[in-house]
Amino acid sequence: MLRIKKYVKVSDIDEAYELNQKKRNIIIGGMHWLKMGDRQVNTAIDLSDLGLDTIEETEDFFEIGCMTTLRQLEQHGGLDRYTGGAVKEAVKNIVGVQFRNTATVGGSFYGRYGFSDVLTAFMAMDTYVVCHNAGIVNIKEFSARKPDRDIIVKIIVKKTKLDMAYMAQRHARTDFPVLTCAVSFWAGVWHAAVGARPAKAEVVLGEYLDCGRDISEEDAEKFGEYVASRMSFGSNMRGSAEYRKKIASVLVKRAMLEAGRKR
Amino acid sequence: MKLDFILNGKKVSSDIEADSMLLDVVRDMGCLSVKRGCDSSSCGLCTVFVDDMPVLSCSVIAARVEGKCVTTLEGLQKEAVEFGAFIADQGAEQCGFCNPGLIMNAIAMLRENPDPTDEEILSYLTGNLCRCSGYEGQLRGIKSYLEFKKVKKGGNADA
Repeated sequence: MLRIKKYVKVSDIDEAYELNQKKRNIIIGGMHWLKMGDRQVNTAIDLSDLGLDTIEETEDFFEIGCMTTLRQLEQHGGLDRYTGGAVKEAVKNIVGVQFRNTATVGGSFYGRYGFSDVLTAFMAMDTYVVCHNAGIVNIKEFSARKPDRDIIVKIIVKKTKLDMAYMAQRHARTDFPVLTCAVSFWAGVWHAAVGARPAKAEVVLGEYLDCGRDISEEDAEKFGEYVASRMSFGSNMRGSAEYRKKIASVLVKRAMLEAGRKR
Repeated sequence: MKLDFILNGKKVSSDIEADSMLLDVVRDMGCLSVKRGCDSSSCGLCTVFVDDMPVLSCSVIAARVEGKCVTTLEGLQKEAVEFGAFIADQGAEQCGFCNPGLIMNAIAMLRENPDPTDEEILSYLTGNLCRCSGYEGQLRGIKSYLEFKKVKKGGNADA
């Protein structure tokens, strides 16, 4: 059970950072996952009043505040156009509208969850995490780091020309995914992010492919097999490692073909 | 700590703990339509509106609604009674425990999208679990309500 002694709605990010240096204090996002744990919290730090709940779009990038909700991601026209619907596809099966109205982007990133649709989708883009102390960190580097006492302020997605598709396998709509997969083509290279293996998402690049954006079904099939062979998979109650590996090659293939068709 | 907010259109005040959840606060204030189901953000039974947006009150820390407008089914009586009758007509309520949450979220959907397709209805309501009905009756109920609204609107236009 979650127990909280004190609740503080901070007035600036420095105050939040200072409070967050104490081990028994914690930043609260949507609180859905946090609430499930058995934990004694001294001070719950709320960033709700800092104006970090917006998505700003410029010609060159998107800036997504850490308190932006998954529903805002789902409904943002600019992100939808830029990703060819991939971000919407990634979040649309996360529990329900009410859940997505409060679950935050910052919470989804900070947790580096093994089941995360959100992390998988953003790993396949030119994404950076802006941390209060560490500054701007590439998403792959951020994902590899262990959670620390820093605070995610916002996410930056550079509008590098992108073709992208997102697919996930679930036993039932709104359940945790058995596997998540985002495939994209940008900066001249195919990228495949695969998560819920059941570990957090990792990216495999298709640097060996010399076909550029023009891919055949055979290219996609080989890339699917290549990605599956380069990743490790585990077993849990939702599926075995062998099953996930098989599914990964199929999802990568399908997502690559879909991304290729979106041009 | 003291919490001031607007509940169903009325200013209210409550003494809460730092870890009080909105679900407990509104139930303590007599809004018993708000049900505790899974208590883990999965079932939608505890749906309320915060500033007109449907959220799961079991997972919203009460302190966060300071100064905000919270609406429960008790605050939507007219809309809820009219709509609820269509759900009941289709035999879709059965035990009825999930109904308040379903009606809240369906009202949120219809405010956002007054003419949803079947797929849009099913998609919007995936966060509302029902262990009795299998959802078919609920879908029929929502569709009949939409038809009724269309006819009513047409009638008014003719008048």
